[in-house]
Amino acid sequence: MSEPIAIQAPQPSSIGSSRIGTAGFAIGIAIVGLVVAAAVVGNALVPQDPFTQDLGNRLKPPFWMEGSQAGHLLGTDQLGRDYLARLVYGARISLLIGIMTVITSGLIGITLGVLGGFFGGRVDDVVLFAITTRLSIPVVLVALAVVGLMGSGLGLVVATLGLLLWDRFAVVARATTMQVRNHDYVSAAWCAGASTSHILIREILPNIASHLAVVATLEMALAILLEAALSFLGLGVPPPLPSWGLMIAEGKDYMFFSPWVIMIPGVALLVLVLGINLVGDGLRNLLGAERLR
Amino acid sequence: MLRLIARRLALGVLVAFTVMTLAFLLTRLSGDLAVSIAGPQATQADVEIVRKAYGLDRPLYVQFFAWTGRAMVGDFGQSYFFKDSVANLIQKRLPITLTLGLVGLSLALIVSLPLGILAALRENTWIDRSVTMFTMVGQAVPSFWLALILMIVLGLQLGILPISGTGTWQHFVMPGIVLAFTAIPALTRLTRSGMIEAMASDYIRTARAKGLSRARIIFKHALRNAAIPVVSIAAVQLGFMLGGSIVIETVFALHGVGYLGWESIAKNDFPVVQAVVLVLAVFYIGLTLLADILNALLDPRLRTG
Repeated sequence: MSEPIAIQAPQPSSIGSSRIGTAGFAIGIAIVGLVVAAAVVGNALVPQDPFTQDLGNRLKPPFWMEGSQAGHLLGTDQLGRDYLARLVYGARISLLIGIMTVITSGLIGITLGVLGGFFGGRVDDVVLFAITTRLSIPVVLVALAVVGLMGSGLGLVVATLGLLLWDRFAVVARATTMQVRNHDYVSAAWCAGASTSHILIREILPNIASHLAVVATLEMALAILLEAALSFLGLGVPPPLPSWGLMIAEGKDYMFFSPWVIMIPGVALLVLVLGINLVGDGLRNLLGAERLR
Repeated sequence: MLRLIARRLALGVLVAFTVMTLAFLLTRLSGDLAVSIAGPQATQADVEIVRKAYGLDRPLYVQFFAWTGRAMVGDFGQSYFFKDSVANLIQKRLPITLTLGLVGLSLALIVSLPLGILAALRENTWIDRSVTMFTMVGQAVPSFWLALILMIVLGLQLGILPISGTGTWQHFVMPGIVLAFTAIPALTRLTRSGMIEAMASDYIRTARAKGLSRARIIFKHALRNAAIPVVSIAAVQLGFMLGGSIVIETVFALHGVGYLGWESIAKNDFPVVQAVVLVLAVFYIGLTLLADILNALLDPRLRTG
């Protein structure tokens, strides 16, 4: 029986590789590297504190506009907090949520996908059913409901997104496991008397890892965008933590007169997600080249 | 063919029932619902009154079967905040979300079909690369942020569209554009890769050998085959778009089902939350079923159950 389209759809390979080329890959790595560097050492380099309010200096514009202040390179927000310091601190939140979500959802999705793809039959039926059910659940609404009912917080956001975003991991792990389970090295391992867990972990997993790496980049980008959306709606990372989504929400009331308060965190978000996607795209093209050889 | 439809239908019903169970459990996550409904100023006696009035003193499984039993026949109970039946509320809001979804999908198709075809016909030129770059950036744009930018540019600076609210068709333009953007990257890439595959196939070579005009080859032969996956994915995308419209409806204060869901979450109105989750899931299940049937109709190779 052909599988439902919804399950075929999110596979990276069927979306088609886009040939931006190695330049895109390099740009992606540069962007992600820069954001990681900003997250790690940024707040040590920026002299201002991201949480200190200065109500006498509210909504000062960034350096390229008139009326900017020397001490605040990207201006200040509606409470007079330094925007650059907050932006750099926000990179930490985005990356942390992205990485933690990918680890959680990866563990769930890869386990389900590998088991389904390897054992087939009833096990696979259950895995397919789980994937189908998960896909029919409206992610944003359920995530909002969970956070709304249980109270906002970084850990809860990670747990919620991790429990919701494992579907693509499962789909790809399942499909690729099916491809490799009949390869000679798996048969060889069987003949050598290897246990099932040994074969799954030492033979199957390393051979599908590169595909899973591509999925990881896609999911990380998605998790970062979703966290921003949740925080924007007020049900994600709680204030005063400067999540980029929360910064946009707080700037919303002032955006008609000071558009830069939403432009700066928005562009940061766009560039980071674009960078991660470019890395993923580059990885996918490397894989495609490998397969041709 | 019939067997395929029957199997998918049975699967869909089973999935819907599972989602129903999850939606019910979801609203019980907060611990004690009676406390959150009664509000922060309530005394212990108030909480007990609320618990009795809403039937929350019954065992969990009794509550569950009472809810699912009535939900099967379209009775989702009474909203706590809106003082109206949940079914009524959803019925009133659903047309808005569906309109938004259809506007979004139409706009997405209007943009992504030509772009994808163009990129495929000019494969590996600067046009192809620009289209790819456009889809990469499109994928990275946070939709709520794009919504705010459109409000500033189209609403304030150009003043041609209303910034928020519901009422006239103009209120659907900006949300429709934002929603379309969530589907454009995937649909464009799919059209492109489908078209490239079709143009390289044997039947196109035959058509060329017969001396057919280029336009005829592209539109009559290649596009028809490239469209198969796009049509079915479009149905799946619509399901995702309806589920994702909550953010966009909230930003634009467009009073659809998504906005209703957000309001009810903020108000602890759990019968509405449960019902909205279920309704959106059922729409997604229905649309993917439709996609599978469409796919089988368009591609005879898939008709064997």
